[in-house]
Amino acid sequence: MDKALRRNLPIFVLPTLAAFIIGFLGPFFMGLWLSFCKFTTVQDATFVGFTNYVRAFSDMTFLGSLGFTALFAITSLVLINVIAFALAMALTQKFAGTNIFRTIFFMPNLIGGIVLGYIWQLIINGVLAHFNAALAIDAKFGFWGLIVLVCWQQIGYMMIIYIAGLQTIPGDVKEAADMDGASGRNRLFRVTVPMMMPSITICTFLTITNGFKLFDQNLALTNGEPARSTEMLALNIFNTFYGRVGFEGVGQAKAVLFFILVVVIALIQLRITREKEVQQ
Amino acid sequence: MRRKKFAGIIAIVLCIAFALSACGGGSTGGGTAPGGSPGGGSPGTGGGQAAAGAVYYLNFKPEADQQWQALAKVYTQQTGVPVTVITAASGQYETTLKSEMAKSSPPTLFQVNGPVGLASWKDYCYDLTNSKVLGELTNDEFALKNGSEVAGIAYVIESYGIIYNKALLSKAGYTQDDIKSFADLKKVSDDITARKAQLGFSAFTSAGMDSSSSWRYTTHLANLPIYYEYKADGIGSSPAIKGTYLPNFKNIWDLYINDATVSPKLLSTKTADDAVAEFTTGQGVFYQNGTWAYNDIKAIGDDNLGMLPVYIGAPGEDKQGLCTGTENYWCVNKNAKPEDIQATLDFLYWCVTSPEGTKALCNDMGFTIPFKDNLPTTNLLVKIANDYLANGYTPVSWNFTTMPSETWKSDLGSAMTAYAAGTGGWDAVKTAFVDNWAKEYQLANSGN
Repeated sequence: MDKALRRNLPIFVLPTLAAFIIGFLGPFFMGLWLSFCKFTTVQDATFVGFTNYVRAFSDMTFLGSLGFTALFAITSLVLINVIAFALAMALTQKFAGTNIFRTIFFMPNLIGGIVLGYIWQLIINGVLAHFNAALAIDAKFGFWGLIVLVCWQQIGYMMIIYIAGLQTIPGDVKEAADMDGASGRNRLFRVTVPMMMPSITICTFLTITNGFKLFDQNLALTNGEPARSTEMLALNIFNTFYGRVGFEGVGQAKAVLFFILVVVIALIQLRITREKEVQQ
Repeated sequence: MRRKKFAGIIAIVLCIAFALSACGGGSTGGGTAPGGSPGGGSPGTGGGQAAAGAVYYLNFKPEADQQWQALAKVYTQQTGVPVTVITAASGQYETTLKSEMAKSSPPTLFQVNGPVGLASWKDYCYDLTNSKVLGELTNDEFALKNGSEVAGIAYVIESYGIIYNKALLSKAGYTQDDIKSFADLKKVSDDITARKAQLGFSAFTSAGMDSSSSWRYTTHLANLPIYYEYKADGIGSSPAIKGTYLPNFKNIWDLYINDATVSPKLLSTKTADDAVAEFTTGQGVFYQNGTWAYNDIKAIGDDNLGMLPVYIGAPGEDKQGLCTGTENYWCVNKNAKPEDIQATLDFLYWCVTSPEGTKALCNDMGFTIPFKDNLPTTNLLVKIANDYLANGYTPVSWNFTTMPSETWKSDLGSAMTAYAAGTGGWDAVKTAFVDNWAKEYQLANSGN
């Protein structure tokens, strides 16, 4: 079996590898190269050195977007994980209908970001209209609107991961804690949470990178209004790319910076949460 | 063993099929004929020789898509030359063009919207100086120049102004003759607003600042102060706008937002469809838009439709006509195969000279074309625009094609929205208009 597998290795690996190179590595290195170029289409690039990066750094809107994105990512990270964890705890109790609730909480995740954005735009603007206000008037509305949207979309997904994690905690550990007379609070923070660290690592990784990469929902819900104050990094890059003649390369340079930023943050986060993981 | 090998082959086939379908599906951006490789298997070509060239038109106007498809079919039947027409989704032309142009068989015919759009694509434009289609233009003004070369040819002339509902206006006790200047417009509009509850309708339909509608103000309305400034200074473009007529711009914008169907605070949520709905259901008398909107609003009846110039209180506005111009220029892709370039040039010439072509452009699409064989139109708004010209009114040219960048427009839109909502002052609009113009012009031109 093992021998057969090894002999047929190329058959199983090559298609995926080819797809990975065509769909990911190729575009990635091309994008890296383009960030040093001036271009209209990806085929007529001329090398211009670091000009694009200089222009990207001199654009103050990029920093503004970074601040807004960071605030958003942290807020959504905390809210999504706390609520998803609480829901997972609730829905692993023994009562009727847990499966129905799990399904219902998961469902928003099946809708695409653009559609969700427009639906929530209609809902929020519909409510705000009663107070003679709108999403595009105040950045606060846009910020909390986005938070509500991503919570609604992602809590169900993280909840499923947490439920799977909770179900793998051996019953004897909990029983032992009970026998030793641990309080509910202690059982949660000293037994359950440490045992759940692998799931927490995954969920925090997903929510923080999702928070930084958010694009569709941002575009559909606020489109950066009012006056770019709810424009997140990905949308800022998009607007740079198409906003001015000759700025394609600057958008590309911003995208490379953005990539580095997300990787660094994700690595730091993985390091912090991994350290806390315990062997079962 | 044999079974394993079989499974392996199946796996490869599936993977490749999946990879190919994934690539093919994602590549056409909102086109109406997805996956149709130009020149390849267009319907009706039979065994036609590819050496004769092929045409691939990336169309800008979604409202004219069906008519272009039909026209392409007719041309292919007559000449055997395959013509593929793909229409970019509304608002997605630049993004679609960027990706289509990078493909192995790029569009042979595409569009730019004027000098600023041309700056992006000038390296792709075939010099049309000696083309037959250029000779068909009624006026050299309709050729878009890049230095000494002719880079683009305008193919449709459009006009915009304030479209109004005659029945409602007369119900309020006025006719078009009562509105000859900005002061008149303001008087009538304020009067209607004061009697809004009694009349049951408002003066203006909503000046929606949703992206589907904001171009009516950040581009079309903003054209007027630019036009008058250029006119006063005797120039056709500028690296730095002075904002001489910004007070007039403020006056007309104040009128639009305060005398409207909705609270100025809610304008950011209003779409182009909202304004159309308000106009066709008689909730508002005035609706700023152009000849292209005829199909959307003709439901209220030709007898009911009229058009006014967009008065802003500039000097000499008693002879001001509608805003007439073009932002649709045909360009031929220089990098296409020589036989495809020739096929495209032949197709263009056929479009503007043959009975089938002119009928499709003028009647089916409702265009006024700046070519010798232009046919009389069935579009009432175009007729009104022609009447203004015939009666000696000076058309306002489309100077918005010199606006420095898309970023300039969107920042102006944000400032106008904030001003309407009361969260920002007029100074911010002024900054977005004047200071940003110089800044954006500098940014957009520094790399070229």
